Amino acid sequence: MEVPRHWRLKKQRYALVGEVCPSCGAKLFPPRDVCPVCKAEAKTLYTFSGRGEVLAFTTVTQPPAEFADQAPYVVALVRLEEGPTLTAQLTDLGDETPYIGMPVEMVTRRLRTDQGERGVIVYGYKFRPRLQPAPA
Amino acid sequence: MDEVFIVGLGQTRVGEHWDRSLRELALEAAEAAQHDAAHLRPQLVVVANMAAARLSHQAHLGALVADFLGLTPAEALTVEAAGASGAVALRQAFLALRAGAADVALVVGVEKFTDQVGPEVESAAATTLDADYEAEHGMTPTAQAGLLMQLYQHTYQVPEGALGVFPMLAHRHAVGNPFAMFRRAISEAVYARAGKISDPLNLFDAAPYADGAAAVLLARASALPRPWPRPLVRIAGSAAATDALALHDREDLLDFAAARAAAQRALAQAGLTSAAEVDLLELFDAFSVYAALTLEALELAPRGRAWEKAQAGAFDLDGELPILTMGGLKARGHPGGATGVYQVVEAALQLRQQAGDNQVVGAQRALTLALGGPASTAVAHVLTREA
Repeated sequence: MEVPRHWRLKKQRYALVGEVCPSCGAKLFPPRDVCPVCKAEAKTLYTFSGRGEVLAFTTVTQPPAEFADQAPYVVALVRLEEGPTLTAQLTDLGDETPYIGMPVEMVTRRLRTDQGERGVIVYGYKFRPRLQPAPA
Repeated sequence: MDEVFIVGLGQTRVGEHWDRSLRELALEAAEAAQHDAAHLRPQLVVVANMAAARLSHQAHLGALVADFLGLTPAEALTVEAAGASGAVALRQAFLALRAGAADVALVVGVEKFTDQVGPEVESAAATTLDADYEAEHGMTPTAQAGLLMQLYQHTYQVPEGALGVFPMLAHRHAVGNPFAMFRRAISEAVYARAGKISDPLNLFDAAPYADGAAAVLLARASALPRPWPRPLVRIAGSAAATDALALHDREDLLDFAAARAAAQRALAQAGLTSAAEVDLLELFDAFSVYAALTLEALELAPRGRAWEKAQAGAFDLDGELPILTMGGLKARGHPGGATGVYQVVEAALQLRQQAGDNQVVGAQRALTLALGGPASTAVAHVLTREA
């Protein structure tokens, strides 16, 4: 079981905490401590809104062993509205077919179980179609 | 500085070698290479491998292979750079020879996927991604290629099925390669019928993970007995480059910038300015779209249009620049860490005029390009035939 790793990544997985570059303002997710735009040190934490849109998506039918119980599932590149792109599964699609440009929002879901039934359940971000406010 | 020559070539048939172990495959390829090179004895063994620690519970392959080959106390090490492992291993051996640290070096690429079946293989492959931010979300190398294929087709308005030209070309060329895994051509109809494994990517868009080993023996010019009984192939250029490991960190997803950087450097070392000046190109078609993106990164086709040039025959054995001349990854098979060495063995066979039915007529210069992931690592070698 990789308990230290899951613990270490909890801010990113549960709350989309990335970084912002103090010199050029670029928002970074995943955090990488050095700004890829201006190469300055960028360790200031920044919490993302969780809103974004689908840049590309694909359905995985030949999963790794850790995800075998979930296949087929949809993996996407999601461009966050603050700028960066991340990798995440799409969830709660219901009858909706994803499309390039689909507005999505972050939710917390089970990513996988580390080491079977008795193992740690790994939670983290997935993205669902963005909910629209109900008409008044 | 001393020139470095490729003096011995060896390869096993690529496929599912259920009855053979990692070390046995390595031995077959290495013995063939040593036999081919008049049994020059290497002082350095560089092993390329991607997944043995995970799939065969075997690390420390440098010592294992040197020992099993009877080459102790030669220096030995293992190199891992995902799909580019074999090419990085060749480059490390080349650099060691250039630096004068050894006179003769053996590069052995070996992969043994069939020690495990099904999802375990995909798990091993996924360890080459960003573990925290890609693999933890269910991403796989195949899914990365599915995403790039969707973006490619969407961005450039490519007709459905157009990229099938690359696997069809690879399969055609594998017919004449006795070491290839799939020695049969596939039709457009067969390609179109194949099941999607990572939509829009289908089964024929992905090279099969398979078992295999390939070996090359390198020697410094000053260490080579003369006259040498076989045609000599010189490593005229060698370069490697990197790009963001995770696909989501790429600024331009459809630009294999590292492939261009590595190729340009290797070509420049060989006194060439463009990939169009070589006689054949062994590129890294782990997925159909990688063939297209590589050709476009090397400026051998306009962006979004490599498939059109392929359809017109530009990359066939008798075309303006033959690619995948022995079947490529798709039809020769993709033995992980060994693949980069297979590419070099095949290119060297072409330059030695020993490629049989697949001989590119008059081949004097070849470019090999290996990729780790979606060109997160790219390694280029320019090989030339010496008179």
